[in-house]
Amino acid sequence: MRGLTYSTLLMACLLIPAVARPDGTAKIKIDNFTFSPTKLSIAKGTEVTWANEDDIPHTIVLTANNVRSKAIDTDKTFSYRFDKAGTFSYICGLHPQMHGQVVVK
Amino acid sequence: MTIEDHNQDRRGFLKCMTWAGSAIVWTIAGGIPRSHIVGHAEAAVTGFTFAQVSDSHLGFDKPVNTNVTGTFQEALDHAVSEKPAFLIHTGDITHLSKPAEFDAAAQMLGATKLRVHTVPGEHDVLEEDRKSYLNRYGKGTRGDGWYSFNEHGVHFIGLVNVVNLKGNGLGDLGHAQLEWLEKDVKALSASTPIVVFAHVPLWVVYQDWGWGTVDGGQALSYLKRFGSVTVLNGHIHQVMQKVEGHVAFHTARSTAFPQGVPGVAKGPGPMPVPAGELKNYLGTARISLVSATSPLAIVDTPLAG
Repeated sequence: MRGLTYSTLLMACLLIPAVARPDGTAKIKIDNFTFSPTKLSIAKGTEVTWANEDDIPHTIVLTANNVRSKAIDTDKTFSYRFDKAGTFSYICGLHPQMHGQVVVK
Repeated sequence: MTIEDHNQDRRGFLKCMTWAGSAIVWTIAGGIPRSHIVGHAEAAVTGFTFAQVSDSHLGFDKPVNTNVTGTFQEALDHAVSEKPAFLIHTGDITHLSKPAEFDAAAQMLGATKLRVHTVPGEHDVLEEDRKSYLNRYGKGTRGDGWYSFNEHGVHFIGLVNVVNLKGNGLGDLGHAQLEWLEKDVKALSASTPIVVFAHVPLWVVYQDWGWGTVDGGQALSYLKRFGSVTVLNGHIHQVMQKVEGHVAFHTARSTAFPQGVPGVAKGPGPMPVPAGELKNYLGTARISLVSATSPLAIVDTPLAG
């Protein structure tokens, strides 16, 4: 029963895309080889900051935008402003199993 | 103490010995690779030997190990004490490809007075142009740093599988390197012992974490006709071994920090261990070749016990 509640909550969290903050910035946390939120919805012109909370460096590779960050060490960040509408998928260049998506409206 | 207790203790002791970061001696006799713990009675071998260190991650300073320079030095001291012919570093020499990290590594490796053969790990080629690695270790190599050499009748092949990681982070050799490999071994007789070393395991250890090489199978197909093939890797920061046909696969421990066990740990990152136990998870390997005329076969000796 309890397991079901957790699963329901988890499903709900996964289904509701996170929304950017009103100040024109948004944050994506990197923890345990996972981007969270995995799917981020933002308005055009929003600057997204990825913050690495892992003990290992990660990179951000946004192929469609031709963006490849330098290695982001522990407690360091990387920021990029999305000026065009669209759905942008990205990965970590060091661990391509890490997927994320930014939806710009 | 009962006999049973005694045996328990002996088992425990041998297990500790194995984990204690002691150098591991590899013997390749007539194509039969075996491993021993240095200092153990079995370790008395003569002939051609070389040492393997891996994943020193110089520059890493997180709580899991705040002294990676110290543990790397200890590993090098272990290796040097066995008087190997040369040293192989199977990558992730540095943590962030920084010049200062490469300089520290050069100083420490240079102080061993040993010849050093390296292949890069993904942490060594974080810069777009990969210059910091290639300027130091790229001399006489091809492409992204692959090469081969002969020593005591053994053909050594250093492969690079960390430049274009694929899918789940799996290693990739790429067409140009595979083509070179095929040509490189073409003229060799099937009785030539082959030792291949690369950072990411050439066999798939755990796909979900990218612990494998997408085109590793293709590379191994060129080596099928050889009677003895030994594949040495790093990357996964723990010992794993497998034998398939004439091919023996081995991964080395890191000298910096352990990583979790696939399917058990929640992720592939650094694994914290209880205080005082870190060195149980770090180590080096030493490989010896003793010429022999026995039929070619491969016996994989587990490191434990």
